[in-house]
Amino acid sequence: MASLKEVRTRIRSVKSTQQITKAMKMVAASKLRHAQDAILKLRPFTEKLNEILQSVVNSTEDISAGPFSEVRDVERVLIVPITSDRGLCGAFNSNVIKNTLSIIETEYQSVHDNGQLYLLPIGQKGFEYFKKRGYNVIEEYSQLFSRLSFDSVKEAADSAMDSFLNKELDKVVLVYNEFKNVATQILRVEQFLPLVGETEEEEQKDTTDYIFEPSKSDIKTDLIPQSLRIQFYKAVLESNASEHGARMTAMEVATENADELLGDLQILYNRTRQAAITKEILDIVGGAEALSGK
Amino acid sequence: MLLEIYTPDQKVFEGQVDSATFPGSKGSFQVLNNHAPLISTLEKGTVVYKTNNNQERVNIGGGVVEVLNNKVVLLAESILKDE
Repeated sequence: MASLKEVRTRIRSVKSTQQITKAMKMVAASKLRHAQDAILKLRPFTEKLNEILQSVVNSTEDISAGPFSEVRDVERVLIVPITSDRGLCGAFNSNVIKNTLSIIETEYQSVHDNGQLYLLPIGQKGFEYFKKRGYNVIEEYSQLFSRLSFDSVKEAADSAMDSFLNKELDKVVLVYNEFKNVATQILRVEQFLPLVGETEEEEQKDTTDYIFEPSKSDIKTDLIPQSLRIQFYKAVLESNASEHGARMTAMEVATENADELLGDLQILYNRTRQAAITKEILDIVGGAEALSGK
Repeated sequence: MLLEIYTPDQKVFEGQVDSATFPGSKGSFQVLNNHAPLISTLEKGTVVYKTNNNQERVNIGGGVVEVLNNKVVLLAESILKDE
């Protein structure tokens, strides 16, 4: 049986670990609130942009979405797995990585064999993983999350879009966690480029007679990349919120486990202590008896 | 008329204004009350709007503006800090 001192040391170490997990949980909770806020703030912008885009598209006969929707033979593929910079968030990162690998295996194995499969991991964890295993990692965007803003994400989106326009890439896929609620993240695989034809929602009746400045097609070529960047940004925001949600849940579970462990250790401690006392009493009683027996 | 300014990161301004000047792609233009419906892309530049004799300026890094029924919605790509 473990000695009293050993048990005491273990109790102390478990307690301090629990304090850390508790603190991490609270930090994650506060960051989660900010992350959710950011998603909410993006929403009016997205809605308005889609509305404007819709009005432009509705008023033109030419419905092609320009060079971004050009479908080519898939020879060069870029996959953008969005992970986090830090660990300790449960299965959050490994889910993204696992899914990315399975996509590569099932859909783009031949592309990968030709060495034409590229990865643009967002977040340190994914970057380290794929770099270490010798995938074609084109760029690193790992410090995005510490100062998350549209400008910094735009860069990553633009580099993917430029490569697509220059025909260096034929397809771009995003892999990320979508935020459903604190405990649930949904893994999403989304085709970013070429543009997937929007499922035509109900035709808008109010075709207001807008003045278009400078011209409809100019506005369209201006707005479509913008809306793509927003789509990319949204994925990053979703993933960011999911990360904090996942970390919160993971830390909550860790704190609970520590509680359980502490209970067990406390019982062990009490038992050991009682056993030591009993043994001592037995010794004394035995000794006294031996003396009086004389 | 009501002016709203958004960026992807935040809502910058919402309120009644008397006039607003935008850096349009084909030159700067001003929007007053009862302007006809308009959609225009914007260049990097300064947006000036007047509220009760106050004049405010915001530097934007490109965007798009929609004018409809005395409601002006500006979607700016980014807000640039004053020099």
